[in-house]
Amino acid sequence: MHYHWNWGIFFEMSPEGTGTYLETFVWGFGWTVATSLSAWIMALVLGCIVGVLRTTSSPWVVRIANGYVELFRNIPLIVQMFLWYFVLPELVPVGIGDWLKQLPDAAFYNAVIALGFFTSARVAEQVRAGIQSIPRGQRAAATALGLTGLQTYRYVLVPMALRIIVPPLTSEFMNVVKNSAVGLTIGLVELTGRARAMQEFSFQVFEAFTAATLAYVLITISIVLLMRWLERRVAIPGFIARAGAAH
Amino acid sequence: MAMIEIRHVSKWYGEFQVLSDCSTEVNQGDVVVVCGPSGSGKSTLIKCVNGLEPFQQGEVIVDNISVGDPKTRLPALRARIGMVFQNFELFPHMTVLDNLNLAQIKVLGRDLAAAQERSRALLKRVGLEAQAPKHPGQLSGGQQQRVAIARALAMDPIAMLFDEPTSALDPEMINEVLEVMVALANEGMTMMVVTHEMGFARQVADRVIFMDEGRIVEDATRDEFFGSPRSERAQQFLSKILRH
Ligand SMILES: Nc1ncnc2c1ncn2[C@@H]1O[C@H](COP(=O)(O)OP(=O)(O)O)[C@@H](O)[C@H]1O
Ligand SMILES: [Mg+2]
Repeated sequence: MHYHWNWGIFFEMSPEGTGTYLETFVWGFGWTVATSLSAWIMALVLGCIVGVLRTTSSPWVVRIANGYVELFRNIPLIVQMFLWYFVLPELVPVGIGDWLKQLPDAAFYNAVIALGFFTSARVAEQVRAGIQSIPRGQRAAATALGLTGLQTYRYVLVPMALRIIVPPLTSEFMNVVKNSAVGLTIGLVELTGRARAMQEFSFQVFEAFTAATLAYVLITISIVLLMRWLERRVAIPGFIARAGAAH
Repeated sequence: MAMIEIRHVSKWYGEFQVLSDCSTEVNQGDVVVVCGPSGSGKSTLIKCVNGLEPFQQGEVIVDNISVGDPKTRLPALRARIGMVFQNFELFPHMTVLDNLNLAQIKVLGRDLAAAQERSRALLKRVGLEAQAPKHPGQLSGGQQQRVAIARALAMDPIAMLFDEPTSALDPEMINEVLEVMVALANEGMTMMVVTHEMGFARQVADRVIFMDEGRIVEDATRDEFFGSPRSERAQQFLSKILRH
């Protein structure tokens, strides 16, 4: 194979006229981080709410929340991106649809919303499992003290559940970053998109994807370190999980 | 005056009847011990008193408030009835002090300073002042149960319910918990206690209730009960647990 390595390519100007290839990568990195973080925050908030609803005693609330999870978890992410980006503007009244289409950074907002809903379903599943692994007596004890249902979740069940599910949430967090690459299908100029553009313009495919890979690895390592720190921060002295203990 | 009245309460889980026409009452300042074989419905009965378990028939009246009435604000009523569980059920992610503070602040609306003061006084009373900053997982079972009692008392309850408070404890820790309960009984707390600790019953119970298969089979004064239980089932049960 005759491949002409050229690491200097990053300092050459990109034909898009937005600076060097390196600069385009930095921007791509920024969009990936912005998309992933925004979607992750949205997923955590929605996921906690939906996860909690799935553990309530109202059958129809549980059914609706379960439906939410099934819907957003089972439709492929790329399809969800297309639905939000291409289909939604056609379904709403023309005025709103046109406004949506000309929105600056529309691809970013759409990617965040699609990724946020998709990931929230997965977070909801973890939150539900976390809450249900808490011994039933905890809820009874909180209730017996006079706490309302909402207070019981707020002060007792959710804080415990979130601690229990830090490890699976770490991998969901990393999944958000990986999944953000799907954004390029609706024109989000994130990392993978930048690597593809560079490959197409310069044919330096290996340099392009090495750079993208290193950038993803950097993000992943940051997440792992952050979540490890968090796990230590919220660790409970002397706590040995008696999760699932029946009584 | 009856603080807790249980009138003809029946409860079903689907087809299965857990409680059959249970009636009894606990007068203010009285200690009533509930005993009986495992699965006889003891936990279910005392959980009906603070509405942790709903029931389909009958009435439970606590301090003249009907527990089963849909109009009753249950959280407010529960805040006035302390409950202690077999497995302590302290909140593991909070310090001992915060376990005591939580409901005082969130339910009773006390400010932090007032709650802290009450919490510390109660921890001192159960001999665990020094453990205030620790987490429940750092305490022994006996200590955890004493904290749980203090947590219930921090709400200034009008009555206390205990569901086998010493059953999950190592034998050497049972007494430290019973001592706290005896002191509480001697101070005139109204108590309903599910336990098989017959020493405790002999010492402080005003009445003993014996349950079997969801029914209150025997409801007698302490002296009657230990003198000569009327039902054969109670006699069998007593001879079995007193031998150990
Ligand atoms: N949630 C439930 N669903 C169905 N059956 C139950 C439930 N809780 C308790 N039971 C049954 O009710 C009976 C009484 O239980 P319980 O009040 O816990 O007895 P005890 O405290 O005397 O051991 C038992 O046979 C138990 O299996
Ligand atoms: Mg029981």
